[in-house]
Amino acid sequence: MSVSARASVASLDFVALAKEFPGVRALDDVSFSVRGGGVHALMGENGAGKSTLLKILSGAYRPSSGSVRLDGIERVFGSTAEAIAAGVAVIYQELHLVSEMTVAENLLIGRYPRRGLLLDRAALRAEAARLLALVGEDLSPDTRLGRLSLAQRQMVEIAKALGRGARVVAFDEPTSSLSAKETARLFAIIRDLKARGHAILYVTHRMDEVYEICDAATVLRDGRHVVTHDSLAAVTRDALVKSMVGRELTNVYNYRPRLQRPEGLEVSGLAGPGLRAPVSFSVKRGEVLGFFGLVGAGRSELMRLVCGAVEPSAGEVKIHGARLASGSPRAAIRAGLVFCPEDRKKEGIVAIRSVAENINLSARRSRLRAGLFLDFTWEKRNAREKIAGLRVRTASADTLIGTLSGGNQQKAILARWLSENVRVIVLDEPTRGIDIGAKSEIYALIHELAETGVAVVIVSSELPEVLGISDRVIVMREGLVAAEFARESATPEAVLRAALPSGSSVSAAAA
Amino acid sequence: MSSNASASAPASASPFSRLWDSAGMLLVFALLFVGCSIFVENFFSVANLRGLALSVSTIGMIACTMMFCLAAGDFDLSVGSVVAFAGVLGATVMNATGNVALGVAAALGSGALVGFVNGVLVARVGINALITTLASMQIVRGLGFIASDGRAVGIRTDSFFAFGNSALLGVPTPVWLTIGCFAIFGVLLNLTIFGRNALAIGGNKEAAHLAGVPVTRIKVVIFTLQGLVAAFAGLVLAARMTSGQPNTSQGLELEVISACVLGGVSLSGGVARIGAVVAGVLIMGLVQNAMNLLNIPPFYQYVARGLILLGAVMLDRFKRRA
Ligand SMILES: Nc1ncnc2c1ncn2[C@@H]1O[C@H](COP(=O)(O)OP(=O)(O)OP(=O)(O)O)[C@@H](O)[C@H]1O
Ligand SMILES: [Mg+2]
Repeated sequence: MSVSARASVASLDFVALAKEFPGVRALDDVSFSVRGGGVHALMGENGAGKSTLLKILSGAYRPSSGSVRLDGIERVFGSTAEAIAAGVAVIYQELHLVSEMTVAENLLIGRYPRRGLLLDRAALRAEAARLLALVGEDLSPDTRLGRLSLAQRQMVEIAKALGRGARVVAFDEPTSSLSAKETARLFAIIRDLKARGHAILYVTHRMDEVYEICDAATVLRDGRHVVTHDSLAAVTRDALVKSMVGRELTNVYNYRPRLQRPEGLEVSGLAGPGLRAPVSFSVKRGEVLGFFGLVGAGRSELMRLVCGAVEPSAGEVKIHGARLASGSPRAAIRAGLVFCPEDRKKEGIVAIRSVAENINLSARRSRLRAGLFLDFTWEKRNAREKIAGLRVRTASADTLIGTLSGGNQQKAILARWLSENVRVIVLDEPTRGIDIGAKSEIYALIHELAETGVAVVIVSSELPEVLGISDRVIVMREGLVAAEFARESATPEAVLRAALPSGSSVSAAAA
Repeated sequence: MSSNASASAPASASPFSRLWDSAGMLLVFALLFVGCSIFVENFFSVANLRGLALSVSTIGMIACTMMFCLAAGDFDLSVGSVVAFAGVLGATVMNATGNVALGVAAALGSGALVGFVNGVLVARVGINALITTLASMQIVRGLGFIASDGRAVGIRTDSFFAFGNSALLGVPTPVWLTIGCFAIFGVLLNLTIFGRNALAIGGNKEAAHLAGVPVTRIKVVIFTLQGLVAAFAGLVLAARMTSGQPNTSQGLELEVISACVLGGVSLSGGVARIGAVVAGVLIMGLVQNAMNLLNIPPFYQYVARGLILLGAVMLDRFKRRA
């Protein structure tokens, strides 16, 4: 099992891999090869089977049939421990670290250096420091993990994998919560892994990243293998998208000017945790207002205050001119202000309940009989309509939402809010983890909502998205509103410059 | 849309797991019942089955509300103490005033109050349910002893205990009341927004809150109902025993939680089925009854009950894995 015994350039083959879940065939006869010394993109729509493939690779799931070959040797990993021992590491979006322990303890968990029966602290720290240096992370090994940013934790996870001699490293949408700068760091490390001959599998929905960091690409659709490009040089973006979605996608953002009516949402002097000064803004009915900023600029904090998830210390919110009771999501929803939070897992889905339950959770309130009894006809119909309308890919309305792919969970949560009588909708990173086809559907939906007179607020870290769909853009920086742009004057350079901390240059962060 | 749907054509779940999901525990109960009828002498007789049903009536009533508590991600250890306290208080008030209604009202009111305080401490103040109800369990038990001076309080109003020992169509009144509880709380769980909200809270409190579910209010209501039903069960028990006994029902909370777990209620919240809880309660009572008939010494019965609980949970996990 020693590292030197293996070939220096890793190779990884998936052979006729299939995986069935009750009611779903997540993977169906998938075969392709990943060469060491390269980064291989794994692409496909929500529910295409990408995460499932990674989970088989990591030993978390067993394939229904087929196998994984590592350096030509057939392997079926019975557990994650076996996969790790064989040199495979999968970096999931939800990281598997213990926040109560120090960085060093996390890095070497399960294989602490010992002297006799006792823990060898000095050796532990030395080894941890060596691993951190591998990923260029300048951190004290004694820091408690809970204090680190998401990006730093990701680095720790990668260092941990390297410490275990991982030669195959797979990433599942690693950049979705990273800032541009952090993404650049991650890419530097991935290039370094590549230079060492490791085989890297990279799952993403972001086309830019594919062209920036990946050498080859495989596309899955509905659990089947569509195509593998060994080189991306001759493959156009449109061709890749088409192979994923199965049709041409034109005019993704679908922006058209809309009639703008009186104010829908008015926020004045709102103050609270995460904001360095009170914030005021308003959105007209029929308008889409985009909030751009780097991760941590205070946009989500502001939206939480607006929608009552957090009690503001000052200020007020008006919906269609009527003042809203502060600090109550319930009051907000009743007044027609709905909020789709960014952390889907923690604040969006109720994982162990069905898709239908999750969709009807909020709106059923206004469809009761005798104020207490559920209207099952409405519940069924609403769930069915929304599942079809948003193309939520699920075996049935009664499937547990937790078993859906990430993007489909997001669509189901959107369906929850579209079941309401919406006047104002606040969407915090609504397209995170959503595939290109579904994104354009969501943009179309936003447009439709606005057209019917809904005031839309959208928070996003994706600049093209914000610029593409918004009538107006507000930029936040370090807990303050930094600038505001009308659609015509919102150029990428100007918006990005406003978002960056003063003193840093645009080109460095845009890279 | 159409291409998506066809590619993920349902490879339908195995019929066994379907059946298990809907009726697994009732099936286990049926098997046990048949087994006991054949192999345990005196089991299948009207007198014994009546006794069995009576013996689970207290657990059964309280299991209804405990199911809600667990479904919403909490639990309540104070129910045994409330049962005892309600009996003592009801008996004392009836003896002092000669008025049954007053005694019943005092007992139910105090039970609801204990539940309400539990609920406020857990849901509003944010103290962990284990600590809160561990404390109220001891406080209420203590109050029961104080109120009765540690002795059973004999009930002198015979209309009250005549009611506890009456029967309708050959079925004892307490059993009817238990069936009534199952029906009411079954409806509440399956057909109302209250039940769905409780499950959503247990599944993900934060998400439920952001979806406009009144989390605090629902939790307080659940705890209050729990106290109310425990006090009601305490009154029925006192009527059966013709006295309020301050040391009755010690450890009842664990039996109730065991019955719920046997009935597939998830301790982490979000999952509950009334039919399975009924089966869980019946299995507990049946096993106890059979062990008594077989003259198994009480010390061994503890061991057996623990093993059955473990066995049921393992079976459930095994099924989920399969
Ligand atoms: N544990 C599970 N039980 C049942 N079905 C599952 C389970 N895990 C995944 N699935 C189903 O398998 C299919 C593929 O899911 P997977 O998570 O691999 O998609 P994905 O390509 O990663 O999508 P996304 O881009 O949205 O993350 C989906 O239809 C999903 O509902
Ligand atoms: Mg995925």
